[in-house]
Amino acid sequence: MSAPTNVQLTGLHTRYQFTETIRIPIAVIGTTLFPSLSLLFFVVPQPFAQDPRDATAAVAQLAVFAVMSVCLFTYGVGVAEDRALPWDGYLRTLPVGPLPRLTGRLLNGLAFVVIGLVPLVLIAWLLTAATLSLSRLALTAVALLAAGAPLFALGITIGYSLSTKAALAVAQSLLLPLAFGGGLFLPPNTFPAWLDAISTWLPTRAGRDLVVTATTGADLPGTTLLMLAGWTLLTGSLAVWAYRRDEGRRFR
Amino acid sequence: MEILARAVEATRRYGPVTALDGVSLDVPAGQLLGLLGPNGAGKTTLLQLLAGLRRPTSGTVELFGGDPRDTARRRRLGSTPQETGLPPTLRVHEVVDFVAGHFADPVPTPELLEQFGLTGLERRQTGGLSGGQKRRLAVAVAFVGRPDLVLLDEPTTGLDVEARHALWDAVRRYHEGGGTVVLTSHYLEEVEALAERVVVVDRGRVRADGTIADVRSLVPARRVRLSAPELTDLPELARVERSSRDGDRYELWTADSDALVRELVTTRVPFRDLEVATASLEEAFLALTSPGIQTTAATLGEAAR
Repeated sequence: MSAPTNVQLTGLHTRYQFTETIRIPIAVIGTTLFPSLSLLFFVVPQPFAQDPRDATAAVAQLAVFAVMSVCLFTYGVGVAEDRALPWDGYLRTLPVGPLPRLTGRLLNGLAFVVIGLVPLVLIAWLLTAATLSLSRLALTAVALLAAGAPLFALGITIGYSLSTKAALAVAQSLLLPLAFGGGLFLPPNTFPAWLDAISTWLPTRAGRDLVVTATTGADLPGTTLLMLAGWTLLTGSLAVWAYRRDEGRRFR
Repeated sequence: MEILARAVEATRRYGPVTALDGVSLDVPAGQLLGLLGPNGAGKTTLLQLLAGLRRPTSGTVELFGGDPRDTARRRRLGSTPQETGLPPTLRVHEVVDFVAGHFADPVPTPELLEQFGLTGLERRQTGGLSGGQKRRLAVAVAFVGRPDLVLLDEPTTGLDVEARHALWDAVRRYHEGGGTVVLTSHYLEEVEALAERVVVVDRGRVRADGTIADVRSLVPARRVRLSAPELTDLPELARVERSSRDGDRYELWTADSDALVRELVTTRVPFRDLEVATASLEEAFLALTSPGIQTTAATLGEAAR
């Protein structure tokens, strides 16, 4: 009989976090359904919904949006909420390091992203001309993960450095500017020049361009990978810093 | 004897507040130690340092000979969440199974639930348990990993008398089986019932450290309260060891209340509303540690040494 391995502990934490979250279905539905509804109301009725290339790009943008909401809310607000609970302090007294818990969170986030993507893809498939060949599926998944990396780290930073209320406010005030500015709702080719210039510097724009390229084969702007790497490095460092200095909720 | 946990000159500050101020403490294997102190004394902070939840601002803390923040050091540790902070959507057996999953040789869940009187509640979500049931579950999970050292932070707060005694029995059984316990409480009765060693903490410092009898002997055994217009010759009342006054209401502490009352009568002090009580250790302790009392906590600390 030996102590459980990190792999076993990761499985354990993933399972329990999933159970905990899924028992409050409305919390899951809230973040996962919004992208599908956006597609249904803002894309499907438009003429471009029947253009394969435009429709595919629109769905790709909303897929990045789905990833972002999960990152900001599940990781940002969710982590901040957990930290405020005595249970979180208790978990940190158990013989388990940060890795199984964080991996559990990561996998849960992925699970909820998939749950959010299923209706999005179904609506896209049934009601629009969007197409995705099987050969592009794996590429798209990788692109979504890469697009999500800086957003995941941003969520973790928010979650570990702010109180629940502050995290919620920050997540909400980041969500829409990042979504609009990054071209997740309206495609960037409709942007005025000044907005496009700002947009290029946003992590969501880089993520959006990468996923659109992966799904449609559009040209990838030269700045995209650099921006994505830069943002991932920056938010990743912030996330590590925030996690290390965390000692649970602080009382003064 | 093996020292399972140790603090050496441990200080912890939260901004301008000093919660622990140079505390040194050894916890040898097999001991049942009660940490006693008023709210805000620093008991919880000390436990949090020992469990690796917080780092000392200065000084060192060891758990099983190493840094408590190192995961491997916590394999022989059991602890309990303060308050009843269980995840409300998880079922009772899920909480126990989850904690058990962190240990090499956990107590089987049904056995543990039986020990803590939770049999039959396996399928209930913890959010639907009564306060006492939650408290028992929170304490039960401290024991699931067959730990060598258990840290219990106010384990019986909010429990009724029966549940409290059942919990004490569980702690005693564990201790008789060779387990080591550090228990905080502000119920002195609890520390008296369980602990072999008492460490009194107040305002971040260790004020007394010894057996129950040692600590009891530091405070007068009786409290006499009375109302009187003016007790001018208070220092003359030879047996009064300490006193405090609120308006015309006096509180006198003495080792011999009979003699004190006799003296009050023979000196014809016009007192009324006389009350004599055995000072519970808790009461005496709280009186000692409240500000504005003539005997300060610091002198108690000196007396302990």
